[in-house]
Amino acid sequence: MAGLELLSDQGYRVDGRRAGELRKIQARMGVFAQADGSAYIEQGNTKALAVVYGPHEIRGSRARALPDRALVNCQYSSATFSTGERKRRPHGDRKSCEMGLQLRQTFEAAILTQLHPRSQIDIYVQVLQADGGTYAACVNAATLAVLDAGIPMRDFVCACSAGFVDGTALADLSHVEEAAGGPQLALALLPASGQIALLEMDARLHEDHLERVLEAAAQAARDVHTLLDRVVRQHVREASILLGD
Amino acid sequence: MKETPLSNCERRFLLRAIEEKKRLDGRQTYDYRNIRISFGTDYGCCIVELGKTRVLGQVSCELVSPKLNRATEGILFFNLELSQMAAPAFEPGRQSDLLVKLNRLLERCLRNSKCIDTESLCVVAGEKVWQIRVDLHLLNHDGNIIDAASIAAIVALCHFRRPDVSVQGDEVTLYTPEERDPVPLSIHHMPICVSFAFFQQGTYLLVDPNEREERVMDGLLVIAMNKHREICTIQSSGGIMLLKDQVLRCSKIAGVKVAEITELILKALENDQKVRKEGGKFGFAESIANQRITAFKMEKAPIDTSDVEEKAEEIIAEAEPPSEVVSTPVLWTPGTAQIGEGVENSWGDLEDSEKEDDEGGGDEAIILDSIKMDTGVEVSDIGSQDAPIILSDSEEEEMIILEPDKNPKKIRTQTTSAKQEKAPSKKPVKRRKKKRAAN
Repeated sequence: MAGLELLSDQGYRVDGRRAGELRKIQARMGVFAQADGSAYIEQGNTKALAVVYGPHEIRGSRARALPDRALVNCQYSSATFSTGERKRRPHGDRKSCEMGLQLRQTFEAAILTQLHPRSQIDIYVQVLQADGGTYAACVNAATLAVLDAGIPMRDFVCACSAGFVDGTALADLSHVEEAAGGPQLALALLPASGQIALLEMDARLHEDHLERVLEAAAQAARDVHTLLDRVVRQHVREASILLGD
Repeated sequence: MKETPLSNCERRFLLRAIEEKKRLDGRQTYDYRNIRISFGTDYGCCIVELGKTRVLGQVSCELVSPKLNRATEGILFFNLELSQMAAPAFEPGRQSDLLVKLNRLLERCLRNSKCIDTESLCVVAGEKVWQIRVDLHLLNHDGNIIDAASIAAIVALCHFRRPDVSVQGDEVTLYTPEERDPVPLSIHHMPICVSFAFFQQGTYLLVDPNEREERVMDGLLVIAMNKHREICTIQSSGGIMLLKDQVLRCSKIAGVKVAEITELILKALENDQKVRKEGGKFGFAESIANQRITAFKMEKAPIDTSDVEEKAEEIIAEAEPPSEVVSTPVLWTPGTAQIGEGVENSWGDLEDSEKEDDEGGGDEAIILDSIKMDTGVEVSDIGSQDAPIILSDSEEEEMIILEPDKNPKKIRTQTTSAKQEKAPSKKPVKRRKKKRAAN
C-alpha cells in the first residue's frame, strides 16, 4: 500500500501506538485439562496456543534418546484461517519446519534438560490468528505452557519483534508494518541474564542501526517478561486458593 | 550411512587447540579459507570452492504468469540440494533438518533483501513475467555450506544473462541468443553470508568453521551483509546464548570479510567477461589444470620458521654422532669390485620372505634405509678391515662373513616375536643364496 505512513510526524504508528510501545497482552495458563501444561496468549490481534507434554518416555525410535539430557520436540502449526486469505498449509512445509526448529533451539537452551535424561518433552504451538509477531507470540505462549507443566527452566524466555522505520526503532510489529518490507528483527531473551536465545533478522538494515534495534527489541522483551511474570503469579495464586491453602 | 561419531579425544583436541587460538589448518581466528570461483560455458553456471567445500550454482529462466497478488513482479525461486556425493551422511531421507535450515536461510538472505529487482523481470503486467530459478548443489562438504552456497548463488545470478524480450502492443517477441545478445539481470546489491562458530558457551569464536570445527561447535551465528555494510539477514542457531555486544562485534567482522569477498567476486566476473570477449577458452574444462595426476592439491600453509635455527641446534647438540659406516670394497675378480651388499632378489622367494615379514613387522618404523625390499635381508657391514675381501668362486664353501659387534641396523634381534630364535638360524641360508646371486 503506497503512501501508508508507518510512523507519523507526531510519532504515532498505524494503530496509534508510540515507537516503543507493545500491544496489549493477555494470557491464561492451564487452558487444557488433558495436557501437562498449556497456555493461551493474545498479543494485540495475534493469538497463539501452546501445549506441552512431558517429560515422558521417548516415542518412536529409542535410538534418538540422549543419554544425558531430554529431547525437546517442537511443532509449529498455523491455522488455515489465521491470515487474511484462507490458505491451506500442508503440515510439513518449509516455513512450519523452520519455525519448529527455531522453537526447539530456543527451548533447548532454556529448559534444564540435564534433569530428565533419556526422556522427551513435546511442545506444540498453534497460531489461531496471525497479525504480526507470530514467532514472539509462540515463544511467549510456550514459555507459559512449560511453566504450567512444571518443567524447570533457567529463566523465562521472552520474545519480541522489532523494526526500523525513518530512523526510529519500532517494537512489536503488526502485520501491516511487517508487510511494508522494512527490516524486522525477532529476538528471544532470557531477561535476568540478558542472554539472547535466538536472533533472527530479515531485510536490509545498516550496520550502524543494529544496536538501536537490538536494544529496542531487548527492552520490549523485558516488558513482556514483567507481564508474563504477573500472569504466572496470578495463576499460582488462583490455583492455591482453589486447593484451599 | 550414519555419520561416524567424533571420538572424544578428537573433540577434546579440537577444543583445546581452539582455546589456545590454534586451528587445525593453521588459519587465524578470523581467516577465511581460499575461495576459488570458476564459470561454466553457459551463462549463469558457476562452481565456488571454499577450501574443499564445493557448491555448483545454476540459474535458469522461464516465462510464466505472475502470482495473483503480485502481478507486476517476477518470481524468484531458490533451491539448495545436498547431493549424496557431498558427504556419506547425506541420504535422500535423512537430511531434512539441515536442508530446511539452509534453504530458509538462503531464501531469506536473497529474497527478502531484494537483491534482484523483480519489477524489471516483468514482461507483460499480469500475464507474463520471468521466473528465475537458482539451483545450488553441494558437491563436497567440508564445513560452512551456507557461505559457499550464498557466494555461489550471487555469483551465478550476476553471471546470468536472460534472453532479450520486446513487447509491441500485444505481441511479445522472445529473441534467441543468436538474434540479440542476452541481457543481464539487474542486481541491486550482493548479500554474502558470513558464519561464526561459537565454542565453550560463547567464549571462543571462529570465522568459517570447517567440518571438524562444525562438529564440536556449540552454535552458529550467520550474518549476511553486502558491501555497503547493510545487514541483510542475521540468524543464530544451535543452543548458544549470545550477548548483545558479541552480536555487534560479529557484525563488524562480517563487514570486513564481506568487502574482501565482494572484491574477489567482482574480479572473477571481470576476468570471465574478458576471456569471453577476447574469444579465449572458458568453461569448467579450462579451469581444471591439465597434466596433473590428482585433482586435489595441498595448499601451502604458512609456517613460522623464525626459531628453526635454535631448535635445530638444540637437536644437533643432543643427538649422538651417527655410527660410522665403513665401506670396504670386495674384489670378486680383477676388475670387478663390490661395495655393500645390495638387496636380494625377492621375486621368487615369496614364502620365505613372508615368514621373515612376521618377524620383522614390529620394527619397520625404526628402519631408516628404505632399500630393504626383502625384509629378510640385512644391510650388514662387511667387517671392519681396511683391506678388500677376496671371495673365491667355490660354491661349496660356506662363507660366513664376519660382522662387527655393533651394528645399529641389525634390528631384527630386537623384535619381541616368538620367531626370534629362528632368525639367526636363517642367516647362514641367506648367505649362501647371496653368494649364488653374486656369482
